[in-house]
Amino acid sequence: MIVESNTVRFDSLTLDSGATLAPVEVAYETYGRLNAARSNAILALHAFSGDAHAAGVSHETGKPGWWDNMIGPGKGFDTNQYFVICSNVLGGCRGTTGPASINPATGCPYAMSFPVITIGDMVRLQAMLMDWLGIKRLLTVSGGSMGGMQALEWAVSYPERVVSAIPIAATTRHSAQQIAFNEVGRQAIMADPDWNDGNYYGKQPPARGLAVARMVGHITYMSDDSMREKFGRRLRGKEDFGFGFDVDFEVESYLRYRGSQFVNRFDANSYLYITKAMDYFDLSYRHASLAAALEPVECRFLVISFSSDWLYPSYQSQETVRALRSRNCDVAYVELESNYGHDSFLVDVAEQSELVRGFLASTFEKAQ
Amino acid sequence: MSVQAPHLGSKPPAFVHDLLGRRDYAIIGDIVAPGSQVLDLGCGEGELLEWLAANKGVKARGVEKSSARVQRAIGRGVSVFQGDIDGGLADYPDQTFDYVILSQTLQETVYPRKVLHEMLRVGKRGIVAFPNFGHWRVRLSMLTSGRAPCTKLFPYAWYESPNIHFLTVFDFEELAALEGLQVERRYFLAGHRKVTFLPNLLAEVAVFLVTRERGRRD
Repeated sequence: MIVESNTVRFDSLTLDSGATLAPVEVAYETYGRLNAARSNAILALHAFSGDAHAAGVSHETGKPGWWDNMIGPGKGFDTNQYFVICSNVLGGCRGTTGPASINPATGCPYAMSFPVITIGDMVRLQAMLMDWLGIKRLLTVSGGSMGGMQALEWAVSYPERVVSAIPIAATTRHSAQQIAFNEVGRQAIMADPDWNDGNYYGKQPPARGLAVARMVGHITYMSDDSMREKFGRRLRGKEDFGFGFDVDFEVESYLRYRGSQFVNRFDANSYLYITKAMDYFDLSYRHASLAAALEPVECRFLVISFSSDWLYPSYQSQETVRALRSRNCDVAYVELESNYGHDSFLVDVAEQSELVRGFLASTFEKAQ
Repeated sequence: MSVQAPHLGSKPPAFVHDLLGRRDYAIIGDIVAPGSQVLDLGCGEGELLEWLAANKGVKARGVEKSSARVQRAIGRGVSVFQGDIDGGLADYPDQTFDYVILSQTLQETVYPRKVLHEMLRVGKRGIVAFPNFGHWRVRLSMLTSGRAPCTKLFPYAWYESPNIHFLTVFDFEELAALEGLQVERRYFLAGHRKVTFLPNLLAEVAVFLVTRERGRRD
């Protein structure tokens, strides 16, 4: 399945902060076919560093999508039956308008003059894309981590437009620990002299700061078990300690590699803006309780968490489920056993696929 | 078991067919009114809920402890929550469900009285099915062997049994009275036959339809 990204431009988008972005572009991909009744559309929502390329092999890069093991013919989100859409989030750096985009007022990149965005803003832009595609109702909205947060936001903000939601390894609000890790990443970037208050476009980007941020991120996506299994205390290309500060351990080598790779595909300012949007996310904000905030919700839910995920622990998913149950919402929940930590929703997908397949089949049948 | 039996009055047939391989399911399937809201505690793989949704048009929800069973239930389209029923009903508002089912589960709970109380807080009616520890074979097994009874009904060695609170028909009636519950219907089964005589001695499985006595909705 060779796929291509498309881009659509909208005149303007008003943000939660009150600011207006004009114009706004959104990069998206689609897989499968929309049926005549337009009732089989699914919106896949990417996590922090993802992009619109969720499945298939990219025409430009030759790389598989970030959820290629879940989306495709015969997979959990079966593209023989469903029409799947994925777009890059607002504030991103993979085709959708973000801080690296050109500000039409100045002719220069926005950099730090880009307005602060929220998960709600991301979802509002996705809703505009759905309007543009002629899709009134989505059979499901689904994603892991920040993607799951967007799915929850969809269920609250556009209850009449979603038949179901599948938030995976997600939360209705970032905890102190989650904010803390994001803040470490942001500080690493901003402490890099090359960051230059965000004005590095066309110059040397803050590669060291961004790489450190990514290294921290990767640690939080794994688990103690999966790191022990993958690296242990194995040394990298040597028989004994180097008695210095070059790479000794496999795990150091891995983190340095992932950090340096990330710099090639991700914009440091997008890192700042998107992590901030995640930290601001709190569905219960300005409500008496989470249950009160969920009042508009009408759709079915399948909530999934993973046993070894300590970044988005199961208790957060259970909190979501309990609030939904207190409103007598139709909600299924399961904690899957996995050693892969937060990354489980991307890599350990056998059971997740079965759950999604069965849930979607019954949701589709009920919705007809 | 396709005909809906009225709650009181008419004489039930003496022979009970299987529903999904179980007699107590057949009775529960008969009791539940079409279009109602049902919560099944300890719903296993959701077979009964799937049947009730397909054949009685009920809104079906389930709670189950085992992740593997929850996965299979969700896979068949039933909305099941993975959790412990001993403490897991607190979130549901009062009187959310028309029926709360506790099928072959009460004897496995840590706090049976609390579970019974909670089920009639969140539900208008409770359907409780359990294996009768007062059955003559159980009594005989214990009397003759001098060991924890091991029978067709209770096939486990004591150290492997999921059953942690054994109860008889009399025991349940007593607890129901203590909890201020009114028994609307009671069914006693031995094999496929209904038992009408000495149920505490002759029934292998008992099914009770209970509701909270008026004025005692605490």
